[in-house]
Amino acid sequence: MHTVLQSPGESRSTINEQLTKADKIRLLRDMYRIRRFEQTSLKYYNLGRMGGFLHLYSGQEAVAVGSISLLGENDHVITAYRDHGHALAVGMSMNECMAELFGKATGCSKGKGGSMHFFAPDKRYWGGHGIVGGQTPLGAGIAYALKYKNIPGCCLCYLGDGAINQGAFHESLNLAALFQLPVVYVIENNGYSMGTSQKRSSAYKSSLAERAEAYNMAWDVFIGEDLYEVRNRTNIAIERARKAQQPTLLEIQTYRYYGHSVADANAKKYRTSEEIDDYKNNHDPLQIFGKALLEEEVVTQADIQEIDKAAKEEANAAVAFAEESPLPQESDILNDVYWEVDNQTEAAKHGSYFFNN
Amino acid sequence: MALITYREALRTALDEEILRDENVVVLGEEVAQYNGAYKVTEGLWAAHGDKRLVDTPISEAGFVGMGIGASMLGLRPVIELMFWSFAYVAFDQIVNNAGCVRYMSGGLLNVPIVIRGPANGGTNVGATHSHTPENFLANVPGLKVVAPATAYDAKGLLKTSIRDNDPVMFMENTLLYGEKWEVPDTEYLIPLGQADIKRAGTDVSLIAHGRAVLTCLKAAELLAAEHDINAEVVDLRSIRPLDEETVLNSVRKTHRAVVVEEGKPFCGIGAQLASIIQEKAFDDLDAPIGRVASVDAPAIYSPPLEKRQLPDPQRVIEKVLRLS
Amino acid sequence: MPITIEMPKLSDTMTEGTLLRWVKKVGDNVAVGDVLAEVETDKATMEMEAFDDGTLSEVYVSDGQTVQVGQKLALLLGAGESKPSESKESKPAESKPSAPASKQSDAQKKPDAEKKASQPKQPESPAPQPAKTADSEKAAAAETGQRVKASPLAKKVAAELGVQLENLPGSGPGGRIIRDDVLSAHENRAETGTQAPKPAAPTTPAVVPPQPVSQQDVQIQLGGMRRTIAARLLEAKTTIPHFYLQAEIDAEPLVQLRQQLNTANEAAGLPKFTINDFILKATAVAAAHVPKANASFAGDTIVQYGSVQLACAVAIDDGLVTPVIRDAQTKTLSQISAEVKDLAAKARSKKLKPEQYQGGTITVSNLGSYGVDQFFAIINPPQSLIVSVGAILKKPVVNAAGAIVPGQRIVLALSCDHRVVDGAIGAQFLAELKRLLETPALMLV
Repeated sequence: MHTVLQSPGESRSTINEQLTKADKIRLLRDMYRIRRFEQTSLKYYNLGRMGGFLHLYSGQEAVAVGSISLLGENDHVITAYRDHGHALAVGMSMNECMAELFGKATGCSKGKGGSMHFFAPDKRYWGGHGIVGGQTPLGAGIAYALKYKNIPGCCLCYLGDGAINQGAFHESLNLAALFQLPVVYVIENNGYSMGTSQKRSSAYKSSLAERAEAYNMAWDVFIGEDLYEVRNRTNIAIERARKAQQPTLLEIQTYRYYGHSVADANAKKYRTSEEIDDYKNNHDPLQIFGKALLEEEVVTQADIQEIDKAAKEEANAAVAFAEESPLPQESDILNDVYWEVDNQTEAAKHGSYFFNN
Repeated sequence: MALITYREALRTALDEEILRDENVVVLGEEVAQYNGAYKVTEGLWAAHGDKRLVDTPISEAGFVGMGIGASMLGLRPVIELMFWSFAYVAFDQIVNNAGCVRYMSGGLLNVPIVIRGPANGGTNVGATHSHTPENFLANVPGLKVVAPATAYDAKGLLKTSIRDNDPVMFMENTLLYGEKWEVPDTEYLIPLGQADIKRAGTDVSLIAHGRAVLTCLKAAELLAAEHDINAEVVDLRSIRPLDEETVLNSVRKTHRAVVVEEGKPFCGIGAQLASIIQEKAFDDLDAPIGRVASVDAPAIYSPPLEKRQLPDPQRVIEKVLRLS
Repeated sequence: MPITIEMPKLSDTMTEGTLLRWVKKVGDNVAVGDVLAEVETDKATMEMEAFDDGTLSEVYVSDGQTVQVGQKLALLLGAGESKPSESKESKPAESKPSAPASKQSDAQKKPDAEKKASQPKQPESPAPQPAKTADSEKAAAAETGQRVKASPLAKKVAAELGVQLENLPGSGPGGRIIRDDVLSAHENRAETGTQAPKPAAPTTPAVVPPQPVSQQDVQIQLGGMRRTIAARLLEAKTTIPHFYLQAEIDAEPLVQLRQQLNTANEAAGLPKFTINDFILKATAVAAAHVPKANASFAGDTIVQYGSVQLACAVAIDDGLVTPVIRDAQTKTLSQISAEVKDLAAKARSKKLKPEQYQGGTITVSNLGSYGVDQFFAIINPPQSLIVSVGAILKKPVVNAAGAIVPGQRIVLALSCDHRVVDGAIGAQFLAELKRLLETPALMLV
């Protein structure tokens, strides 16, 4: 089932030929926006302005931006806890995302979800899930609902390479293949399951995606540093889902510049500085796509600097927005628990829902 | 009124709701072609076909999670667990996904799913198949927990649960599937969060849910006949939301309360009830609140002993007499 | 704009960090992503990266220093920028909230202490409010060191009815006063006009509880009744000044009368009388004739009862109870006999209602059926007198003619509360009892 249709060198054809100049600039801009949003969020995390964890996506931008750029109005996205990149790629604003990190009422989840739990159902973005692999059955379920309702769409369900050893993931693959669900599972393989390398955490033959073979499911594996290549290869899987209602397991090899999360005390111990520097210098998706657009004469160096500056400014403005935003009220703690209660329906008129004495 | 089994009551509820709402889909192990492991869904696949009755692999985390995901897009999946004991392999899906996604999204989405199946001991299937997790699940804000004791309640509550826009954990009992009760032929609904006085009394309130309600009713008959004690039996029906007022009003009337459940005592439903009663009706209590629960060990296999492990009328009676 | 670099929060649990080593020195150029310093957190040594370009203008914390998250570490100047004025930017590190935390809390403590000192003192001994149950309960608890054990409902009802809880016997498990106890006390008070307050409880000496010493020993948990018996009789025996009187009576006439009556009853299909029935009847009549013996000590007063509420000790499986024959002085032998049978049966099946065992004014305890010759029972508070009855003994007696003949005798004993019943009164009561039993026809008139 592993069918590589094109070599990386050919990736600028087909689906990518449909991109206008403006589209391409938007894609580059989206990657810069993610990079600068995250660097800014780290800065303010370090300043103690936010709590909990912060799982940064820097280095992986081409995967989210490239794959999500292929989606249409019937397509859906769900991911794990490293979710800022996907959130911005589906069109969520930096303001609502930054405010969420700051725990403010103006956050995308009203300050109730935090870094790992961004949601935007209006953009068909179903989160942001904190438990490794826990979103993978949900991804199957979204695809199930699409198929049930005869909607010609698909669900992109992202996970990390650490999630592939969770039982829920294998159950999801089985269900997706068994019920022929229009879901594309995307393993964003950054090489490390927190601090444990791929070799030390997963048993595999040639690749992680090859596990799909056992479920008689189509799969593909490729390097995700080039946005064009991500679009090209992911589109095949998306079309398979939409048209044939067949699932695919993709493994997109990528790299994260920071630790598993900010709390990753050993971020620079299980990987060498040389390895990190090599990726930053030679495989950075922003640099690679920027260079491509320079070569295509879509942009100039000055344009790129302008895009970067605008992204930084947008991120700083998002911080200002977040800082000025009000905190949730204490009374908000009890909202958004039950739909029937929030909507004061007839059903919610009986009995006690909360037990705070 | 027809005399039908608890099983038939559940089946007619499913049948009616499948016909009523095209988004209702029943998924689970052996629910379709096999006609249900406990025959609750018998005949529904023949009547409604592959789309509405879906056999799943033995893969609880997978199909429960899949149901939750589908419900976020507006389906109303009714997931059958062959036993609620099997929910433990799907606990992350139930608690983190069904229970928390609405909250973590700041109310942007909701999960209109029903997860149903038997949750009871007493059938000599050993500890792994005899769990009663209503206390675990009621501990999760975001989940609703329902436990009908009769066919009438089972039908009315299941229909309401399917129409509810929040995740409802629906606890049945294999020992009740074959029991018969009067059930109206016409459609009716029972709201969640409304307890039912199954027997009015003056001397002590026996508060229970699920099959323990029937245990209390038997105990009440014996207390009246042998000890001149007139017990009131309060059936919670729904555990979360909880009808505190009916419970408290009963205790305010009888001044004594014994809470009875088939679950284990530690951190059980009875513990929560006792806490509520002592806090909100302290001055009405003429005795400490009594608790009767399963004997605090994993469910024993040995059939005669498992009978002793579960609450029976005699234990309820002894507890009542010790309070007075 | 000059940028202040603060101690970063490098993990979810980090509150302070140690600046191990500055990697950049003052005057060095810094680019985004450069490592500025190494910081030791609660978890590990981590690198602190620069988020901005510029020149390291000043460092406030030297190598090895531990500071709170958020504390200023250094100043970074952009191209062409100069250091801001001292007063504004380089505020000393200790002005950050983290470092002076202890000082702040000291400062907070002070007003608290002052507040306490300036609070008006509580009066040493607040005036008691006898009408309020809760207060009197507390007062009683303070006095005796014992808590009044009553159900919440009993307390509420007692407060409503103005019933004092501390003198009430509790019929609930462990002697807990329940609502019915309060209600019946309220009814009794309405009848008798007053209540005997509970005497001060004794201070129980601290003893090491005995433990089983061998495999054969068992430890039996106290049931509610056993606890009540233990508490009430300890209280009675240690707080009531008991004295004892005894007299042997000639039981011949009693035995003969009983024989006659029972022969007649048997023929009529009526139940037989027991010797105890006669003793109960005699006690009721004697108590009516000697009202000073039918009384209770009530602190400042003595309550002398106008009726005889005759309690009768009944042994049951795990203890004993004393059901009460109401207004026994008005009842016939047959009534008393029937009533005591019924009460004893109810007692054994534990179906006695509180009103059937509360409010006795005098008690009879009979161990004759066990072959006991004589004994002295412990007074059943708040009563002042208990009659202990031994077995009928056949023995040689000297008759009126001075001859030694076989006789039938019973030893009657009294335990009296000397605060109420003096020796002479006790003797008068005992003499009356003897007179009635030796000439049983007197009981009928």
